[in-house]
Amino acid sequence: MQGMMIARAKELLQDGTVNRVLGWQAGEFAYDITPAVFETAEELDAGFVYNAFCGNNLSKYLIKETKKDGKVLVFLKPCDTYSFNQLLTEHRFDREKVYAIGIPCEGKTSGEMLKAKGVSGITGIDEDGDSITVHTVYGDQGFNRSDVLEERCLTCKSKKHVAYDELIGEDGEVLDSHRFDMVAKLEAMTPDERFAFWRSQLSKCIRCNACRNVCPACSCEKCVFDNPESGIAQKAAADSFEENMFQIIRAFHVAGRCTDCGECSRA
Amino acid sequence: MLEVANIREQCSWIHKDKATATEKAIILGRAAIAKVQLNAPLTAGESPVVKRALVIGGGIAGIQTALDIAEAGFDVDIVEKQPTIGGKMAQIDKTFPTLDCAACILTPKMVECSQNEKVHIYAYSEVEEVKGFVGNFTVKIKKKARYVDENKCTGCGDCTTKCPMKNVPNEFNLGLDTRRAVYIPFAQAVPKVATIDPNYCNMLKNGKCGLCAKVCGAGAIDYKQKDQYIEEQYGAIVVATGYNPIKLDKFEEFGYSLSKDVVTSLELERLMNAAGPTGGTLLRPSDGKHPHTIVFVQCVGSRDTSGCGKPYCSKICCMYTAKHAMLIREKYPDTEVYVFYIDVRTPGKNFDEFYRRAVEQYGVHYIKGMVGKVAPRANGKIMVQASDLLMDEQLHIEADLVVLAAAIEPDKSARPLATMLTASMDTNDFFTEAHPKLRPVESPTAGIFLSGVCQGPKDIPETVSQASAAAAKVIGLLVKDKLTTNPCVAHCNELMCNGCSSCERVCPYGAITYSDKEFRMPDRTTQLRRVASVNPAVCQGCGACTVACPSGAMDLNGFSNSQIMAEVDAICQK
Ligand SMILES: Cc1cc2nc3c(=O)[nH]c(=O)nc-3n(C[C@H](O)[C@H](O)[C@H](O)COP(=O)(O)OP(=O)(O)OC[C@H]3O[C@@H](n4cnc5c(N)ncnc54)[C@H](O)[C@@H]3O)c2cc1C
Ligand code: SF4
Ligand code: SF4
Ligand code: SF4
Ligand code: SF4
Ligand code: SF4
Repeated sequence: MQGMMIARAKELLQDGTVNRVLGWQAGEFAYDITPAVFETAEELDAGFVYNAFCGNNLSKYLIKETKKDGKVLVFLKPCDTYSFNQLLTEHRFDREKVYAIGIPCEGKTSGEMLKAKGVSGITGIDEDGDSITVHTVYGDQGFNRSDVLEERCLTCKSKKHVAYDELIGEDGEVLDSHRFDMVAKLEAMTPDERFAFWRSQLSKCIRCNACRNVCPACSCEKCVFDNPESGIAQKAAADSFEENMFQIIRAFHVAGRCTDCGECSRA
Repeated sequence: MLEVANIREQCSWIHKDKATATEKAIILGRAAIAKVQLNAPLTAGESPVVKRALVIGGGIAGIQTALDIAEAGFDVDIVEKQPTIGGKMAQIDKTFPTLDCAACILTPKMVECSQNEKVHIYAYSEVEEVKGFVGNFTVKIKKKARYVDENKCTGCGDCTTKCPMKNVPNEFNLGLDTRRAVYIPFAQAVPKVATIDPNYCNMLKNGKCGLCAKVCGAGAIDYKQKDQYIEEQYGAIVVATGYNPIKLDKFEEFGYSLSKDVVTSLELERLMNAAGPTGGTLLRPSDGKHPHTIVFVQCVGSRDTSGCGKPYCSKICCMYTAKHAMLIREKYPDTEVYVFYIDVRTPGKNFDEFYRRAVEQYGVHYIKGMVGKVAPRANGKIMVQASDLLMDEQLHIEADLVVLAAAIEPDKSARPLATMLTASMDTNDFFTEAHPKLRPVESPTAGIFLSGVCQGPKDIPETVSQASAAAAKVIGLLVKDKLTTNPCVAHCNELMCNGCSSCERVCPYGAITYSDKEFRMPDRTTQLRRVASVNPAVCQGCGACTVACPSGAMDLNGFSNSQIMAEVDAICQK
């Protein structure tokens, strides 16, 4: 897949359809993937990766990228295409300045997931259908994909792309996910249980803003949490409940706009 | 700076417990103090007024409103979806409480409309799109193809007698007789021009015939005519879309669809009208015989909370049923007339006297009770089974004709029209007034006025009063050269705006538009961004956008986000 993507990206750079490519590259560690922009064939060869670690949703980066001259090529997993469409309905970027290629996704894993399984010294990853091979300095280790999937991928709602200019690989189907099982559980709780549940969930938040920063719905020019005039900007919390308010306010802000891409849960 | 803590309406009037009410009064005071500290000066803007009015619907309501506006010297257009203006009143025979003939008092007004230079009639036309705001509406009108050139047709009617397509149900007579494919609804139609019905004309359907074009001496027939679209500017819009009787197929017990001799009251109007299908002699639709026993049922589908009909009182049925009963007893004294009622409601000048005349002078049998079943018999009679609540007995009446006073409902096109106008409606699709007592002829949407039954059931006198009242309001608006706009409107902080359209989607008045603007970025580059702006003439200050805006870029003058937060803080403070 990575090879096909690089080859197609080179073609599109070559024929002038786009002048840069939005993709992924590895950081210090192989599992430490970050979004990156590539402008030449050489850069693509040197840095572009696409593997089971490439969970990042690139659609949000289009807001910035489309402000530049020329067209940008972006690779979108099925779930990313939902964010892509949401951003479009909010007029957050210019569709004309994007060339979108839909790419398949069998579900992603992460360094944390593997480390929790006792893997260390990760140097690379390969996938083949249901099996995942992790390369480490201590040799290769095989896994069942379903055992190391990220939480959000376990309830993946769709393998079908809802927006693209072209596809690499086969398009999938909308899945019968179990996204609402947790909602059903919540509904079954008594109000007290539910309150306790949320307090405990929300108490995990240290207000690092990482969820907001990756969220494709959170693309405001000036976020209310950064605006001292909003009255809810970042400041030392007066009590533990005020700390929790951050998540509650954010939930209301993205309600109706969140596409369930799960980036926040990754962050 | 002014801020009001409304202790009277929001506290002392509504609470009984003095101690807690005092506590609340203090809190309200605290909130007002918190708010006033953040008050900023408010300045009102101005917007120009287009000196032309639009009236939608050409019934008696629309006609009266248009004539009154024209009288004051302003141009006014009537958009009527039927081929002629006149509305329901044109179909009515005689009118309560004076029993003068409807056509005799209506047609002069229709003619006046067509002759008044200030009135322009777009008949057989509909409103397609409304943009803009009070003083400045832009309306797209669709003029449906008549296939007859309005300017050439003299209304001679030659085509309507020669057309071979004869069996078209005549809607003006409610399907009680037929017309041709090319028709003029009635002799006094305004505009008096023919219309070809594309559903029945053989030429338009199959390309065969063309007879009317041959007989037309004026060369008015034009089979190639297309719908036309006209765009026009208006300062004010009056809705006068009227009503229709409800469909009765859900009321099986009354046998409306089982027998031709079970008719609605509006059908009876046509059966008694000299220009109607029977030439004014009351005859049974089934066999053309004189009916000798007639049963009237009031409140069919009115005051009905079962879900089948309408929960409200249609208001006019008691009076027109008394009128029908009286007219029949007057003209055919050998006829027995029974009226079944829940109660008889006759508030109105000379109304109760009118009803009493029906009972006392004309000997109409008024029976309190509901009809249980209407069943047509093989012998042509209709069995009416009913209960007399006062005598506590079951009645079986063998009738020749049964007349159902069907509830009335707003025209079906009213709902989509209200959406176009962003005017509000109640659950029954009647347009709502800005204030039920003090502003009964204005819609809450500025520049939209209400006239006639579209606002609620009413008879002709009341319709005409409301029509003139709406005209007075329109004139009051059109004489102004400029309007001061409400200063408590929303505004957008462009530096924070994402251009995301969330606000536009919730704005009930269409006040928000977008443009691309250049911004200087901190790194000295410029960036083109889509940002929202609010038209202060359209914004009603409802505040919906400020809540929808994720970034807080939208704010409302006079009720800013920070003021509301300050109030909440003050209220929650112990
Ligand atoms: C059987 C019967 C008998 C009655 N007898 C009496 C009586 O004796 N005395 C009395 O005072 N009252 C009587 N009334 C009541 C009377 O008919 C009404 O009060 C009166 O007709 C209301 O006039 P209007 O203009 O509001 O509505 P309408 O007469 O319904 O006129 C509305 C007009 O608007 C047009 N229209 C609707 N929608 C649109 C649209 N979207 N675009 C363009 N045009 C549109 C319609 O085609 C119609 O021409 C009677 C009613 C009935 C049913
Ligand atoms: S938290 Fe709200 S204001 Fe901040 S970026 Fe997300 S949506 Fe925008
Ligand atoms: S279309 Fe011609 S024939 Fe028909 S009414 Fe008009 S003028 Fe007469
Ligand atoms: S062309 Fe149509 S409307 Fe004219 S006479 Fe023939 S059928 Fe009638
Ligand atoms: S305050 Fe209400 S009317 Fe005004 S722009 Fe906002 S949503 Fe529209
Ligand atoms: S909702 Fe707020 S951010 Fe979005 S367009 Fe409106 S003003 Fe701008």
